[in-house]
Amino acid sequence: MTIVEKILASHSNKSKLNPGEIVNAKVDLILGNDVTAPVAINEFRKIGINKVFDIDKIALVPDHFTPNKDIKSAENSLLIRNFAKEMQITNYFEVGRVGIEHCLLPEKGLVAPGEIIIGADSHTCTYGALNALATGVGSTDIAAAMATGFLWFRVPETIKIIYKGKLKPWVSGKDLILYTIGQIGVDGALYKSIEFSGETIKNLSIDSRMTMANMAIEAGAKCGLFEYDDKTKEYLEARVTRDYSPIASDKDSIYDKILEFDVSNIEPQIAFPHLPENTRPVQEAKNIKIDQAVIGSCTNGRIEDLRIAAQIFKDHKVHPDVRCIIFPGTQEIYINALKEGLIEIFINAGAAVSTPTCGPCLGGHMGVLAKGEKAISTTNRNFVGRMGHPQSEVYLSNPAVAAASAIKGYIAHPEEVL
Amino acid sequence: MKLKGKVFKYGDNVDTDVIIPARYLNNPDPAVLAQHCMEDIDKNFVKEVKNGDIIVAGKNFGSGSSREHAPLAIKAAGISCVIAESFARIFYRNAINIGLPILISKEASQNIKNGSIVEIDLSTGLIRDLNSNKEYKAEPYPAFLQEIIEAGGLIEKIKREVN
Repeated sequence: MTIVEKILASHSNKSKLNPGEIVNAKVDLILGNDVTAPVAINEFRKIGINKVFDIDKIALVPDHFTPNKDIKSAENSLLIRNFAKEMQITNYFEVGRVGIEHCLLPEKGLVAPGEIIIGADSHTCTYGALNALATGVGSTDIAAAMATGFLWFRVPETIKIIYKGKLKPWVSGKDLILYTIGQIGVDGALYKSIEFSGETIKNLSIDSRMTMANMAIEAGAKCGLFEYDDKTKEYLEARVTRDYSPIASDKDSIYDKILEFDVSNIEPQIAFPHLPENTRPVQEAKNIKIDQAVIGSCTNGRIEDLRIAAQIFKDHKVHPDVRCIIFPGTQEIYINALKEGLIEIFINAGAAVSTPTCGPCLGGHMGVLAKGEKAISTTNRNFVGRMGHPQSEVYLSNPAVAAASAIKGYIAHPEEVL
Repeated sequence: MKLKGKVFKYGDNVDTDVIIPARYLNNPDPAVLAQHCMEDIDKNFVKEVKNGDIIVAGKNFGSGSSREHAPLAIKAAGISCVIAESFARIFYRNAINIGLPILISKEASQNIKNGSIVEIDLSTGLIRDLNSNKEYKAEPYPAFLQEIIEAGGLIEKIKREVN
């Protein structure tokens, strides 16, 4: 069996599962945010029970429109806060302690190998980097799971992707996943599980693996999974104290398909508007002037990303015509960036540094685009209107390219700056 | 259950950001969401849609964000069914869970034209295009999902199980 088949089987008391079967599986963690949890709480109330299945297995993370951008958002946050208090939910994270959910939960040790994590947020698949079956679901799904501890899953087919070759300078996990989506398309893994493997992956940091797993959804996937190795072990050592069981695929696993990519020659990738599959090497993005550069998010808001951006910004200034917004994923990442002097580099360069929030990524607040404006962004989606006006444009890239572009004023390769 | 309505036709990869832009997600009231449904790709949708109308789209309908606000907005706008060649998986779950009928049919998705009048029999999955007089058969639901649909959504099903 593949990783996803084994995890679903162990959580539904089955010894064997095949793709296409539907199972009711036990979940280990349920996530909701300030956009999706209010809808879930209303649905939960309709069930007519007055307690959740387990107060320690629910995480409520108000990160989208917080610190609250308007009265409606404040009311949504209040609803979640009151629910968390009433139910005595232990993993509620208030402004000041909150971070972007998919940076925060792994950091807090709430995710471990072999577990099932569901989140009413599509980028919940991020935790596949830690060998967990993590997948985005809807608000009603989490309402049902908060009541029962179970949810229905269709056992997905698995696509195995093997990456070979040593990466060129300035090519990162973000480029691997953008390249992959460019190759297989935004529905290339629809309903399926992706297993990321190969020698290139073995050398990738956990931060980079999270970036890749995070965007599995942009290929339509249910989850994007990595095997457990020494890097995973090291990441988890300081964070997870409970027992867990890493899961590997069997040698005789049946795959929907196996793809092999030699990535030794790929360049930093840009996803052009308005789909993440519209990827091209950065060299093909010629004369694209930008108004805004955004560095951060659940995709690229981790310390490794900030270190790379700071390397580019050191002794440089943001172009006079560009607004550069940098938002670390969590308070821990923020404080580490402070200690390492990264924040000082950003501020000296003329960038705005924000408290952790999803705001800019989805055109919520903290960096909404006007009609006709263009942004380069390390986020995950470049759909029509994603960051603001329906006639604005988002180009997706890695943090090095976003930083270089912020300095040059147009989409640029990091080598144009350093 | 039989449905009949006018078709609003869209292409591939209609994502949840265009079904309901994030700037409106601060209010989960379906009636309010419905006022902005599809506005970033079709300003006329909200003005023209009538109760019972039908969306026909291409591949990967509802891709992107998990926001349940997307099927809620479509349902509250009066749409009785969405037919597509394929659906993004979270949108598919959400639609089943909240009781928005969705049907998968590649042929219907490719052949039915904007503005056509279409009749649907949800119990058989038959889709009839009254303009071209052609008939299409949607893929049947797996038995487990049929149970959710018959219960009137996931919450209704859970209610029966826990109480």
